[in-house]
Amino acid sequence: MDKSQYKNVFVFCEQREGKLQNVALELLGKAHDLAKDLDQQVYAMLLGHNVKNLAQELIAHGADKVLVCDDEALATYTTEPYTQAIYQIICDEKPSIVLIGATTIGRDLGPRLSARVTTGLTADCTKLEIAEDKELWSTRPAFGGNLMATIVCPDHRPQMSTVRPGVMKAMEADANRKGEIIDYTINFDREKFRVKVLETVKSTDNMVDISEAKVLVSGGRGVGTKEGFEMLGELASLLKGEVSASRACVDAGIIGHERQVGQTGKTVRPDLYLACGISGAIQHLAGMEESELIIAINKDKFAPIMSVADLGIVGDAKKIIPILTEKLKQIVK
Amino acid sequence: MKIVVCIKQVPDTTEVKLDPKTGTLIRDGIPSIINPDDKGGLEYALQLKEQYGAEVTVITMGPPQAEAVLREAFAMGADRAILLTSRKFAGADTLATSNALAGALRVLDYDLILAGRQAIDGDTAQVGPQIAEHLGIAQVSYLEDLEFDGKKTFRIKKQLEDGYQIVEVESPCLLTCLASAVKPRYMSVKGIVEAWDKEVEIWTEEKIEVSEEKLGLKGSPTKVKKAGAKEMKAAGQVHDGLSPEEAADLIIAKLKEKYII
Repeated sequence: MDKSQYKNVFVFCEQREGKLQNVALELLGKAHDLAKDLDQQVYAMLLGHNVKNLAQELIAHGADKVLVCDDEALATYTTEPYTQAIYQIICDEKPSIVLIGATTIGRDLGPRLSARVTTGLTADCTKLEIAEDKELWSTRPAFGGNLMATIVCPDHRPQMSTVRPGVMKAMEADANRKGEIIDYTINFDREKFRVKVLETVKSTDNMVDISEAKVLVSGGRGVGTKEGFEMLGELASLLKGEVSASRACVDAGIIGHERQVGQTGKTVRPDLYLACGISGAIQHLAGMEESELIIAINKDKFAPIMSVADLGIVGDAKKIIPILTEKLKQIVK
Repeated sequence: MKIVVCIKQVPDTTEVKLDPKTGTLIRDGIPSIINPDDKGGLEYALQLKEQYGAEVTVITMGPPQAEAVLREAFAMGADRAILLTSRKFAGADTLATSNALAGALRVLDYDLILAGRQAIDGDTAQVGPQIAEHLGIAQVSYLEDLEFDGKKTFRIKKQLEDGYQIVEVESPCLLTCLASAVKPRYMSVKGIVEAWDKEVEIWTEEKIEVSEEKLGLKGSPTKVKKAGAKEMKAAGQVHDGLSPEEAADLIIAKLKEKYII
């Protein structure tokens, strides 16, 4: 294979119901860095129906070119129409790198596509970089995160990787960035569309799985009242996270068992674990010490939670949290 | 109806340890199990068998000792088991693995293929969709529930991040299942006894008619450049004597640094 024919960094920009997914913007940010190292361009692939209005936002976040594929068959994601569209783009445009968000959609699309193209796909990468030889190095956790593996795809193109939401950082939107918007016609083989979506239902029930949450705002004895937990709830929703608790609060009936972290509760590994007024009994630590970032607020400087915290604040959570919440409201939309 | 379930033997824990001297994985002494998502797929297959009548075949690719998971599948109620094993398959990434399994599936007859969404040792979620692509059949991943009309049509509840979808697909198709969606049955005593009388068929590359270029290390586009332990966390900082205002600012700075906000 003549690798020199394959150029530029392509990003699958996932939208649902006309709304761009954050992961698309995050990937554009990373693609921008990679393209700079390669001295190449960033192409956004925008698939959907009546979604062209989103193209400008993609340019503002780092796309140099936006390929807009508009078709009724692309309105709601199903595997085959999306695979056909991106496969055609890959054949025509010959990208060097293709990035896809590791969502339920991206993890359905990516492998199907990689098999059609016959190329490698590295799943759920936490780090992407261009090596000295200009190859893409994709690093991902393996074996439950105990091991990090760096994967390359030396003899096939494009080099494909998926990245979980929240791992990369989007660029600040710049409305003055210039880019080109290109209507892209796909020659579909519609006879192969065999999956029909009958309905899409947004979850409304209150069943939460704290082990799935990216952010947990967790309360212990130090906030141990219903009002205290309402305060944590407000902060959690600002951070798009969930509220969890130590055993003391569950036993006291302040919060349900399904939100308990620890040996007799759930083991969690969120991106952020904000421990408020939790001293950190060993049974509690066992359930959360693998969290990516641990911030602890506790009146006791010697509380065990401080030993696993990346950032420990000695103070009263009930005083700090309301101020933190107010400040965050100014920052987070 | 003929159902084939793709299963994988995985270590019983995600807490596999690294050898501090060699930096390699220590697998000794860790029991192996059927990958949980795959076991969910097997359970659905057995339920379909009970309701509509079906022949359930389980297939795995792996070293000779992977036979153990096939015996377990027999004990749960599978009718036929195939072990794809050969040195030619060694070192396969997901694409090469899917090439081998798809090759075997072409030899078999199937109306429905069930697989797990992902394996707990690799978490890639790739092999199922890649098999479907090689076979040119429809796929539905993240299956949470399944209804069958008894003829040709499956109605599937598919998990999404913020809810679910109901989709319809006709046989032949491949579905990837979630362990959390269904509680797999236990092995029956009768099943355990019979499991040892049944034959696990051993298939090599000769049986599947896939060119060697597509198998094992040779057929793997991805290569591991390096592997090692996760970087250890640096010791954290503890701040005392801050005003609540200062504390809040410090937390916000940290959240920004780590891209949480």
